[in-house]
Amino acid sequence: MSTSLTSLTIADARAQLGDRSISARELAESHIAGIEASRALNAFVSETADRAIADAARADARLAKGDAGVLEGIPVAIKDLFCTKGVLSTAGSHILNGFVPAYESTVTANMWREGAVMLGKTNMDEFAMGSSNETSYYGPVLNPWRRPGDNRDLVPGGSSGGSAAAVAAQLCLGATGTDTGGSIRQPAAFTGTVGLKPTYGRCSRWGIVAFASSLDQAGPMTRTVGDAAIMLKAMAGYDAKDSTSVDVAVPDYESVLEDSVKGLRIGIPAEYRIDGTPAEIVALWESGIAWLKDAGAEIVAVSLPHTKYALPAYYIVAPAEASSNLARYDGVRYGLRVDQGDLTEMYEATRAAGFGAEVKRRILIGTYVLSAGYYDAYYLQAQKVRTLIADDFKQAWQKVDVLLTPTTPEPAFGVGEKSDDPVAMYLNDILTVPANMAGLPALSLPAGLSSQGLPLGLQVVGRAFDEETVLRVGRALERAAAFDGRPAPWWRSS
Amino acid sequence: MGGTIQGATGTWEMVIGLEVHAQITSNSKLFSGASTAFGAEPNTQVSLVDAAMPGMLPVINKVCVEQAVRTGLGLKAQINLRSVFDRKNYFYPDLPQGYQISQFLQPVVGAGTVVLDMDDGRTREIGITRLHLEQDAGKSVHDLGPDRTYVDLNRSGIALMEIVSEPDLRSSEEAGAYLRKLRSILRYLGTCDGNMEQGSMRADVNVSVRRPGADYGTRCEIKNVNSVRFVQQAIEYEAQRQVDILEEGGVIAQQTRLFDSRKGETRSMRSKEEAHDYRYFPDPDLLPLEFDQAWVDEIASSLPELPDDRKARFVGALGLSPYDAGVLVAEKEVAEFFEEAARDRDAKAVANWIMGDLFGALNKSGLDIARSPISAAHLGALVDLIADDTISGRIAKDVFDEMMKTGRPPAEIVDQRGLRQVTDSGAIEAIVDAVMESNPDKVAEYRGGKDKLFGFFVGQVMKQSQGKANPKIVNDLLQQKLSG
Repeated sequence: MSTSLTSLTIADARAQLGDRSISARELAESHIAGIEASRALNAFVSETADRAIADAARADARLAKGDAGVLEGIPVAIKDLFCTKGVLSTAGSHILNGFVPAYESTVTANMWREGAVMLGKTNMDEFAMGSSNETSYYGPVLNPWRRPGDNRDLVPGGSSGGSAAAVAAQLCLGATGTDTGGSIRQPAAFTGTVGLKPTYGRCSRWGIVAFASSLDQAGPMTRTVGDAAIMLKAMAGYDAKDSTSVDVAVPDYESVLEDSVKGLRIGIPAEYRIDGTPAEIVALWESGIAWLKDAGAEIVAVSLPHTKYALPAYYIVAPAEASSNLARYDGVRYGLRVDQGDLTEMYEATRAAGFGAEVKRRILIGTYVLSAGYYDAYYLQAQKVRTLIADDFKQAWQKVDVLLTPTTPEPAFGVGEKSDDPVAMYLNDILTVPANMAGLPALSLPAGLSSQGLPLGLQVVGRAFDEETVLRVGRALERAAAFDGRPAPWWRSS
Repeated sequence: MGGTIQGATGTWEMVIGLEVHAQITSNSKLFSGASTAFGAEPNTQVSLVDAAMPGMLPVINKVCVEQAVRTGLGLKAQINLRSVFDRKNYFYPDLPQGYQISQFLQPVVGAGTVVLDMDDGRTREIGITRLHLEQDAGKSVHDLGPDRTYVDLNRSGIALMEIVSEPDLRSSEEAGAYLRKLRSILRYLGTCDGNMEQGSMRADVNVSVRRPGADYGTRCEIKNVNSVRFVQQAIEYEAQRQVDILEEGGVIAQQTRLFDSRKGETRSMRSKEEAHDYRYFPDPDLLPLEFDQAWVDEIASSLPELPDDRKARFVGALGLSPYDAGVLVAEKEVAEFFEEAARDRDAKAVANWIMGDLFGALNKSGLDIARSPISAAHLGALVDLIADDTISGRIAKDVFDEMMKTGRPPAEIVDQRGLRQVTDSGAIEAIVDAVMESNPDKVAEYRGGKDKLFGFFVGQVMKQSQGKANPKIVNDLLQQKLSG
């Protein structure tokens, strides 16, 4: 079994599948073996090896006929927030115990139509609420990366931590994630991978378990910017079943990737230089600026004055929506039911047993901010802040084409390090949340290593539905950074 | 007149406002493609959205929006080109999402009016505060097993219009008239079938009492009353209950109450303190509902004639009394029956036949106008037979009874049974002569001043002619011969 097959990029694998130098089946098998040998990472909730073999056989047949889709034969992992027909879908929560959907999310259906091969469902923070993957009912995912010379486990970030770890550990060629406040980009930054949160409305939310409906957006997690472009093309598209999906054409992202960034205006927002940001993060940011400048881009200082209100406003809006979205998990129709006493006791017992501490915390916050007498002071105020944040970005787009910032204020931290301090945990999203609040596309790519040898990410934020420019700038940074760090495979059982 | 209650301490006035939940006539639900047909097996008309499966999203059904706009236009109300769907959050097993999608701050329809025609001929204008769109809940079934509740989600997600009135109603009669009028308008518009017994129309009734001219009192809301009669009973009971409390020096606690139709009384469901906090907020799964004036105009141009306009036409063009016109337009089917029967005929005569004999006969046989054995065309033909003296009014009653029994056309009955009126004065004269000859003593008495005997002679002549003699000719001949 060739391990080199698992280190391919999607673009390379596509080429080799296309010229039949490899088969989808052997590609799938090498990944299945990798997953089986990597259970120490706890990246998967469900492994679907049989399904992968069947998908691969279908892909090989289509490849032989010259009838290949965009992702034909590419083995991928799916965040367990996506409902997948006939496959356990848990959202990382006990309350969806045993839930096997009779339907397929639009995004995954799009991917299967394009020939992708399903390896399994990845672990995640419960209901996508978390920045460390420690809130999963199925236990924490471990980051494939460790500090050199230090055996302590690190978190992979969250909530798409299982997907990020699987991509970084070469257990799949790409994975889906979802991003409500940074849940694709922060784990991408923590694991040295590429994560793209598309524009709100670019990918259908139909069939994705809702966390915060006005913020949730699905996106690709890959090892290169080019692979993110390929995957997004397969995932995106208007869907009449999602009223917030936007009916705009999906461009061929890949075709503009290598275009020069010469003449592009890159905004550097002053407010993203937050007090206490480690010097090495600031230094990486400056390297990014220099790389783009060298590539002929124009660097422009901009101001997004309401940035500091984004995180507090986010922690009102997102829990408010979540408190309502999670009301359907009541033990009546599906998932967990703790039969006990009368109706109210059944509700209480079911939800007490089914939800973890972080989910309960957010339901309580959300319920509180929507309550009579508090609504105006919290929810309504937060919506006003949201408008101001969006206006900040609109102002910036008068002057620049994209924004460049760090993705996170720090590299991956240790398992258990922040579990008792929700606010410290929430601060991890401080640089990623504004793009969600404004619905803008944002990419994180690995751009260097910290002094302790851990990956660090840079973030590119663009105009609504201008993923093309975001990807193009990302590709320029990727080329310049030439990041080739790979975690040592300490987790492999064989 | 109802509406005021004479208490020991003086007069009290009732103040009533109604929130009517009207099920929109549409093939599919407000946010899903599932069917809305009534009476299906439990849980057979439930989409993934209606069952609130994880990741499911609502998509607005344009037909339901159109129906709401049509209704708003029928209520002469403001149409809001932009409105917003909100979530009303509460837990109940027949509410799968854990929230109802409704419209809270920005409804699709704003202020309008409904005109009431009271029995005494007065009209009353009742303000409509708003109309908004919302989802119905499913149904909890408590009586299928001793210790379990079952849930039927067929209703879950069906589109409702909540039509809220101003507190302009002052008596249970007015509340009843309002409900009947609203139902009539909805049926004319085709936006709700108005079947209260199937739950297509339900009312929440807000009742308070006050001294005439004083500020509004504290109100109680009686939930989910499902017939006009029950609404009126509930109001009467509730107003009296409140007066009794106030007269004893008590205060009214703001409450949500239930109406027990068996006992005819209301009882407390929950107090203000126990009221739900519904935590309304805009549904992030749905964009604001926006449409343009051109679309509204298009709907407006397809509105049917509404009861008030039709009544005005019946009075103005057909010469009916306002009362008769009001009765005839109340039900669209009756109005259409009347129009067909009265076409090119004496409208007043047709109206009398419908409101008198036909309503009476239908009522007796438990039929509605749609199932009347007598068609509009046949009723019109009967009126024609009277008008052209083919039969007398008295014979017409017999023909009508036969029509009611058999559904046959009146001319056929008249011919078959030989009921055609005798207008040949020679033939009638012969009968008159014969009657006078065989009753010489009565003729003498009459001529001696006993005028009352005239009726006796008419009766005898009619009897001899088997009722077919033209009454006017009979009268004229008798007058002439008896006095001679």
